[in-house]
Amino acid sequence: MKDVSFGQYYPTQSFVHKMDARVKILLIIAYIVGVFLVASYHFLGFGACLLFVIIATIFSNVPFSKVLKSIKGILFIIIFSAIIQIFFNKSGKVIWWIITDEGLLNAGFIVARITLIVLGATLLTLTTSPVEIADGIESLMSPLKYIKFPVHEFALIMSIALRFIPTLLDEIDRIIKAQKARGADFESGNLFKRAKALVPVLIPLLISSFRRADELADAMDSRCYAGSKNRTRYKKMHLTYRDLLGFILTAGLITGVVFLNGFYVLLVI
Amino acid sequence: MEKILKVENASFSYDKQNKVLKDISFEVERGEYIAIIGHNGSGKSTLAKLLNGLLVADSGEVTVANFSAKDKKSLFEVRKRVGVVFQNPDNQLVASIVEDDVAFGPENLGIERKEIGERIDFALKAVGMEEFRKVSPTRLSGGQKQRIAIAGVLALKPEILVLDESTAMLDPQGRKEVLEVVEKLNEEEKVTVIAITHYMEEAVRADRILVINHGEIVMSGTPKEVFARAEELREIGLELPPVCQIVSGLIKKGLQIEKEILTEEELLEALCELLQKN
Repeated sequence: MKDVSFGQYYPTQSFVHKMDARVKILLIIAYIVGVFLVASYHFLGFGACLLFVIIATIFSNVPFSKVLKSIKGILFIIIFSAIIQIFFNKSGKVIWWIITDEGLLNAGFIVARITLIVLGATLLTLTTSPVEIADGIESLMSPLKYIKFPVHEFALIMSIALRFIPTLLDEIDRIIKAQKARGADFESGNLFKRAKALVPVLIPLLISSFRRADELADAMDSRCYAGSKNRTRYKKMHLTYRDLLGFILTAGLITGVVFLNGFYVLLVI
Repeated sequence: MEKILKVENASFSYDKQNKVLKDISFEVERGEYIAIIGHNGSGKSTLAKLLNGLLVADSGEVTVANFSAKDKKSLFEVRKRVGVVFQNPDNQLVASIVEDDVAFGPENLGIERKEIGERIDFALKAVGMEEFRKVSPTRLSGGQKQRIAIAGVLALKPEILVLDESTAMLDPQGRKEVLEVVEKLNEEEKVTVIAITHYMEEAVRADRILVINHGEIVMSGTPKEVFARAEELREIGLELPPVCQIVSGLIKKGLQIEKEILTEEELLEALCELLQKN
C-alpha cells in the first residue's frame, strides 16, 4: 500500500515538469476550453488537440503508455455515452435498425471530446506533484484574499490532506488486517453485507484521525505556526521561457481550432 | 552557569480535580542533558507540553530565558527557544517533501528565503539526512522520519530540545539513530536536551535524571546516584537498565564490584580487574 502515489505523479526532469505549476493549470484550462470550441462534426479540430497532447507528452518525458493508461479508468463512461448516442439518437438518416448517421457522428464526437480532456488533465497530474498543484492553486486564488477568503488556510488544509493520504492508507491496511485476525469477513456476502463489514474499519480510522489531527496541531504550534501573518515562503514560483513557449503553443492550438472551425464553414458554403 | 529554563512550583490538572502535576520545581542549565523518567501516566508528557506553552500551568511559573510561557505575548519567544519532538513521527510532518517540512518552522518565523535554505542545509546535515532532501517522508523508515522531525525543530535554531518519548515508537535500530543524533547535537552544537522517556537505558547518558511519579519529582541526581536507589525505583514501577541489573545481581552473589557501574565497558573493566586480583 505504501507505494500508492496519489495523483499518479511521474517524477522525472523535463521541460514540462519544470514549467510553473500555475501556468500549467491555466494552460490546461485553456486547452479544455479549446476542446470544447471544436464545432460539431469538425473532427479536424480534434486532430489539432491531439497534436497538442502528443507534442506536450514528447516534451514531458512521460512514456505514452502512461498517458494512455488514464483512459482505462474512464473506459466505462466513454462506452456508455457512446452507446447512448448510437442507439437513442433519433435524428438523421437511419442506416441500420435504429442506428442513424447522426447518432454515429455524435458518438464519435463525444468519445473524442472526453478522451482528449482526460488525456490533457492526466498530463497535468503526471508532470506536476500534488504539492505543486496545491501551491499553484493557492497562488492563483490569492486575489480572493481581498474578499477575506482564507486562501492560505485553504491551501494548507489541501496540502496536509495530500500529505496524510499514504499515512491513512497504511492505517486502513493495518486495521483491516487486525479485524481479519479477529475473524472479520470482508470478502463474502452481497454488496450491502460487505459495506456493513467496513464499519469496524471506518470507526477506528475516524478515531485515530482525530488523534492524529490533535497531535499534528500540537506539533505545528510547537513549530511556531501562527497563521499566514508574517509568514514567508521557501519555495517561490517563477516564470521562465518554458512557460512562454507553453503559452504560445496553447494560443496556437486555440487559434488553430477556431481557424479550422471557420474552414469548415467555408467548405459548407 | 546560566539557567536557561526554570520551572517553579508548577501544578496542572486537566479536569480541575485530579492534579497531574503537583508543585514541580527544577532548573536546567545551558548545555545540560537532562532525562526525565517515569512510568506511563506519571505526568511526564504533560510536563513536556508545559515547557513550551502548549499547556499553561494552573499555578506556578515556567520561564525560558526570562520569557514566561504563561504570557501570550512571549509565547512565540518561548516556542522559538524550546523545540519539542513528539512520539509519533507520522503525526509531526506537515509537508510531503522533506525539505518543505523542514522549511515549515523557519517560514512561520518569517525568515528570508535564502536563510531558510541555509537552515535546511544545517538541520538536515545535523541529523545526517542530507541526501533525502527531495524525498517524500512516507518512503522513509521510522528512525529516519523521526530524524526529519528533529531537523524540522532544529531549523528553528532552538536552545532547548525536548524529546517527548521520541523513541518509543521506533525499532531498536531507529532508536539508536535518534539517540546518536541527539547526543551529537548536545555535544557539538551545545543544544540543551531534555529527554522524557520510560526507557531507563536512555537516561544513562544524561548529566542529570529527574524521576517523576504521580506528578511529583521523587528523585533527582546523576545517573549513578539515581540508579543506586534500585529498590525505590522498583517500588514506583521502574526497572534498572540491564547493565545495572546485572551489577546488582552480581553484588548479591557476593562479587566485590562497585555498585555504580552504568555501561557495558565499565562492567567489563571491573570484571577483568576482579579476575586479575584473584
